[in-house]
Amino acid sequence: MPMPSRDVSAAIAVTRFGLGARPGELAGVGGDPRDWLLAQIRPTGADQPQVGGETSAVRIQAFRAYQTERRDMRRADGETASDRDPVQIAARMLREGTAVDFLARARLAATTPAGFRERWALFWANHFTVSAVKLITATVAGPFEQEAIRPHVFGRFEDLLIASTAHPAMLLYLDQAQSVGPGSQAAAVLARRRRAGAAAGGGLNENLAREILELHTVGVDGGYSQADVTEFARALTGWSVGGLREAEDRQGRFVFRAAAHEPGPRTVMGRSYRQDEAAQAAAILRDLAAHPATARHLARKIARHFVADEPPPGLVSRLEAAWTASDGNLSAVARALVEAPEAWEPRPAKFKTPYEFLISSWRAIGGQPGAIEHLAPPLNALGQRPFSAPSPKGWDETAATWAAPDAVIKRMAWAEGFSAAVAGELDPDTVAREALGGRLSEPVRIAVARAESREEALSILLMSPEFQRR
Amino acid sequence: MTRTDLSRRGLLSAAAGLGLTVGFMGHAARAEGGSHRKKMITVIARGAMDGLSASPPVGDPDYAGLRGRIAIPADQALKLDATFALHPALAGVHGLALKGQARIAPAVAGPDRARSHFEAQDVLESGAAVVYGTASGFLNRALEAMPARKTEALSVGATAPLILRGKVQTGSWSPGAAAGGSPRLPAILGDLYADDPLLGPALARGLETEAMAAMAMQDSPGQAPAVMAGGGAQGLVRQGQALARSIGATVAGFMRQDNGPQIVAISVDGWDTHANQGAAEGQLANRLLYLDALLMGLHDGLAADWKDTVVVVATEFGRTARINGTGGTDHGTGSTAFLLGGGLKPGGIIGDWPTLKASALFEGRDTRPTLDLRGLFKGVLADHMGLDRRALDATVFPDSAGVAPVSGLV
Repeated sequence: MPMPSRDVSAAIAVTRFGLGARPGELAGVGGDPRDWLLAQIRPTGADQPQVGGETSAVRIQAFRAYQTERRDMRRADGETASDRDPVQIAARMLREGTAVDFLARARLAATTPAGFRERWALFWANHFTVSAVKLITATVAGPFEQEAIRPHVFGRFEDLLIASTAHPAMLLYLDQAQSVGPGSQAAAVLARRRRAGAAAGGGLNENLAREILELHTVGVDGGYSQADVTEFARALTGWSVGGLREAEDRQGRFVFRAAAHEPGPRTVMGRSYRQDEAAQAAAILRDLAAHPATARHLARKIARHFVADEPPPGLVSRLEAAWTASDGNLSAVARALVEAPEAWEPRPAKFKTPYEFLISSWRAIGGQPGAIEHLAPPLNALGQRPFSAPSPKGWDETAATWAAPDAVIKRMAWAEGFSAAVAGELDPDTVAREALGGRLSEPVRIAVARAESREEALSILLMSPEFQRR
Repeated sequence: MTRTDLSRRGLLSAAAGLGLTVGFMGHAARAEGGSHRKKMITVIARGAMDGLSASPPVGDPDYAGLRGRIAIPADQALKLDATFALHPALAGVHGLALKGQARIAPAVAGPDRARSHFEAQDVLESGAAVVYGTASGFLNRALEAMPARKTEALSVGATAPLILRGKVQTGSWSPGAAAGGSPRLPAILGDLYADDPLLGPALARGLETEAMAAMAMQDSPGQAPAVMAGGGAQGLVRQGQALARSIGATVAGFMRQDNGPQIVAISVDGWDTHANQGAAEGQLANRLLYLDALLMGLHDGLAADWKDTVVVVATEFGRTARINGTGGTDHGTGSTAFLLGGGLKPGGIIGDWPTLKASALFEGRDTRPTLDLRGLFKGVLADHMGLDRRALDATVFPDSAGVAPVSGLV
């Protein structure tokens, strides 16, 4: 398959691999759009959103302090009115931290000159979803992405997997932090307390182990059994998060609790792992990262995200081969994606998700969202609530999910409101040319030119078949 | 802003806050009169609802021991028979059960055994015997197989659930602000989408639905309840119940229209209780309170049409019989399905109860399924909606001739 013309391939580079063109961006792509993309790959990782810099450890400590305070208050007074309750005010502050994180991330996406690098980071953040559906994870979804995902997205997959698994946000989201080996010292102590009548927890929770196998590594058809899930869950016992009563430098951070770790060797997917405390689960993670089923699962998922809901098998094979040859070096996989001819098919097959649609609209006008109120209401209405994927599987990537009739009506309503607010002095013909370049079709160019107002022209552009896709 | 706009906005935030999405498909058989049209509502509890808490077998001698501190105390459970009760949060459903209008199937599962939410939801919604066996939903194929071919279809919610996807063109709608600016824009986009197989039909159907939904909302005004101030966590739960009830009543209002939908699918999220699920009160109890309120909203809103309605509440799989180490339960196999409706035939539990004896547990850990969920749906689709057996065995639920419809339910 030959490369499309320079104008079309530049537009593909910026809109399909990247997050949409800002004014002037297409002109700066240069002679070979592949070089422009390859230059965005860098071993130091993705860009970081500009936020206040509260770490997940600080957020977790603050949240736990708030929970303790709330418990104490309940004991003291029973229920309190929510509007004056200082504890509710604290909860609101925590939520606002999340809003700041999300806004900063959207502003980075709307303004970055390295859109491919940012899309690559967003892909991995969605792969290792920590959803804000639990109160405690709502406060750390942003820091998780900054600490565990962004630094590693062009490094080795193994490092990314271990960083995300060991991160307090993931350990809390998938209930690992409280999992206790049934044969551990901690379980014995808890059993004594239970016999004494206390409501003590203390036992195995297999949630994280299962999702790592099913979603993060080998995939649901990767050849593991229920016994493998349980064995892996036993190996992961002890991976936890430091609490408020522990030393300051452990609070809200990854800790290994030897007393909660299930003693003994483990067997997962036919390999045995000797008792080695925290290193036991790390060894399993390394083997899962290197498993051929993981290469296949991720090659397919990357191709589906970047190119088509049903990706060309040739593209999947190339990515899998690059993954295997490089031992899961994500820079090498990103390069293979850019260099794959199947990725440059001129017809755009991907329908933008709501987030991609909004971000690319801001990029098209050379703007950026100024407040969370510009983002959260339309994303909620379009079904993509900030940081709140419905499950550990992350956001769905297919057109069948996002192009429901109601969603098209809602996108149209948003495009009209957005255009009314921003059209001002813009020249819609120029915006259309700069946003889509060689991908702008003649019917859409004419419809934009013939519109009755700037607002209408911009709405037509944003709702055009080619702008809705990438 | 009109009152209609206000209540629709209220419903939007209500639906989002509860993790509720509603999808429905109408089968406008215009020859039939409005009140005699049979109706079927499917409620999918996403995340694996714990059947042993929703309909606790408090009379099973092994129940209390396996469940420990999350067992529903027998003196608080709402008694159904010598073995079974309902969770105290399901007071509305219990009231219907006492009148013979609600029954439980306490040991059902789909054909998938992988204990993966995503795989099992795919199997449940697609109706296939194996995961990713078909890309369309079984309710869509059921509509294809119905005798009258003039079909209207609609899903409500920001995204399209698999159970409704397929060849039959479905509309979709969610509460919230509709397009309001340039009256020319829809026509201009319609022209630009003329050759677009994805956006063309979606826009056309979306515009039709907007008009119809506006009418439905006018017919059931004032559904959005006033926001209750204060009250802390309990206040939020009460507010959630009121909103769930109003969503149920509004959906019922859609269904009662002359050309309204006959088949509706609703999703309720939040059942993946790995930790601290609680017993008579707590996390799971709150989800059940919302479910009960939603069902009672449907019941009350359907009023005279309740006698022609069957509601199936199903989940992708159950949870472990034993309490886990974190006050919750992990992914299991058999769970409970609920059947509700004004025209149900009386009877006890649907299917056999395998008991919770150690030797009876599936793989030593889960409620053993004794009934295939597809058989339950087939029974309702056959006896209530009039589908024939051949279509049910071959197209609605592919390769399922070996799964007999549960007969005699309605």
